[in-house]
Amino acid sequence: MTDMNMNTKLRIGFIPLCDAAALIVAVDKELVSAEGLDIELVREVSWSNVRDKLNIGLFDAAHLIAPVAIASSLGLGHVKVPIVAPFGLGVNGNAITVSPELYAALAAAADGDITDPMVSARALARVVAERKAKSREPLTFGMTFPFSTHNYHLRFWMAAGGVDPDEDVRMIVLPPPYMVESLANKHVDGFCVGAPWNSVAVDLGIGYILHFVSEILLRAAEKVLAVRASWAAEHPDVLRRLVRAHGLAAAFVEDPANRDEVAAILSAPNRIGASAEVIRRTLDGRLKVTPDGKLRSSDRYLMFGRKGAGRPDPAHAAWLYAQMVRWGQAPYSTEMLATAKSVFRPDLYDAALPREASNMAGEPVDGIGAFTGPPFDSNDIERYLAASKVRR
Amino acid sequence: MDPTLKIVIVDENPVRAAILEDGLRESGHAQVVRIDDMSHLLARIYAIDPDVILIDLENPSRDVLEQMFQVSRAVKRPVAMFVDQSDAASIEAAVDAGVSAYIVGNLQKDRIKSILDLCISRFNAFSRLQNELERTRSALEERKVIDRAKGVLMKMKNLSEEQAYALLRKTAMNENKKIAEVAQSVITAAELFK
Repeated sequence: MTDMNMNTKLRIGFIPLCDAAALIVAVDKELVSAEGLDIELVREVSWSNVRDKLNIGLFDAAHLIAPVAIASSLGLGHVKVPIVAPFGLGVNGNAITVSPELYAALAAAADGDITDPMVSARALARVVAERKAKSREPLTFGMTFPFSTHNYHLRFWMAAGGVDPDEDVRMIVLPPPYMVESLANKHVDGFCVGAPWNSVAVDLGIGYILHFVSEILLRAAEKVLAVRASWAAEHPDVLRRLVRAHGLAAAFVEDPANRDEVAAILSAPNRIGASAEVIRRTLDGRLKVTPDGKLRSSDRYLMFGRKGAGRPDPAHAAWLYAQMVRWGQAPYSTEMLATAKSVFRPDLYDAALPREASNMAGEPVDGIGAFTGPPFDSNDIERYLAASKVRR
Repeated sequence: MDPTLKIVIVDENPVRAAILEDGLRESGHAQVVRIDDMSHLLARIYAIDPDVILIDLENPSRDVLEQMFQVSRAVKRPVAMFVDQSDAASIEAAVDAGVSAYIVGNLQKDRIKSILDLCISRFNAFSRLQNELERTRSALEERKVIDRAKGVLMKMKNLSEEQAYALLRKTAMNENKKIAEVAQSVITAAELFK
């Protein structure tokens, strides 16, 4: 009857990124203590570690990149361990950053406003073709993991311009802390990563933020609070308390009056360990996008609790599975689609937190709101994918 | 043991990597390559074309290795994590020790079980060594603090060295603290009164 005990001890793994905010605030503002939970946060260095430690039970829960939760549940690339996500830690938050050289080349090749992702994607296609004609090395893009939103977001964007991510450019995995250094030493020409790394590159004068991912997809599930399905079934009350604390924490993070405090909490060396000022920019969705100080703001840049961001949406899981199918990481089957969707558990969210339907006004009808292509249909991803010209 | 197996160790800690390499060589593995520079990691691994890759879990580049699972032109042979569901005990022991193993190609598992076991025991030995070093270092630090506090007391209270130490010891016992803690307070107080 551990569920009835107060002070239930839990170990939760996280990667030092801004979208761990709700988890970190839940622990450091003692919102979890109020729920009778005693949580040890363990900072990790790789998604592989987080996945393995969650899978084998060294962690009770984890800040996990959403596609890894789905891949683990489908047994793709690794062992099959069913994972469930009862809470969304963040919607959006990634950005695509390119080197000054690539930025200049894209600007020169653009036939319109380069902040329009279709214009920039077509410009990329021209730059790629020109390099090919001159027999130059293909461009290299960094992303964080084979099963990552960053991988899919980059691919979605460039494929819209006709660039084949597997044939026309190189896509390589880079741990987020190495992204900036790799851009500086020209190991990569661009990358897609979460906060604060894009801002770090801009501050160093070696990167231009080309797009917030929210310009490519209005709503993209990013990190989730992940637990083993078996653990969720065995500890329903602990899970409910954990989700409740996260809901309160996300609301705290969202309140502009708390942002300085939140940025200070997150900046601690044993949490994210980046400057509070840079973290604050992320929370505000107001980022310096060029080294000479041009600013871009978006109220969709990184969403914690607002606009229903905390409530897992199975359509997002289906979209991520569709990307795995599109790029040859997974075969298509209706069973796998159903399994992928069942990873995102709005019912577990609803069991712990009140649902505010009103704040979904104006959100995309298909749940995604992509800048190009047909509306997403989570029940018919085969037909949705048939519209993609570039795919495996 | 199998002298034909090519083994790559990816570890930024040169001491630990050397300990592991020694162990592998002692047990008859002649082909061991160490990588401690993480740039262009995959390209280097493809060039070496190993049968087994060992990587420490403190290494963010573990995610880079995961790319090898993906079907691509660069990967000529299938890659798998050494441990799977059937090896729950092995994976726990490995993660606990802080190491992960990948096998390339279609190696029989029993051929590398001994490698992983050796890896686990050497990693554990290394962390024991590190803990001991840490203890020695903090013991030395404590000695220094106590010596400084004795000096302060000798000067300010006109005590002999033995008397100064006896005073620290008595105070520590009365306040239920460690001598080093009391010594630190003496130093802090002396700084304040300077």
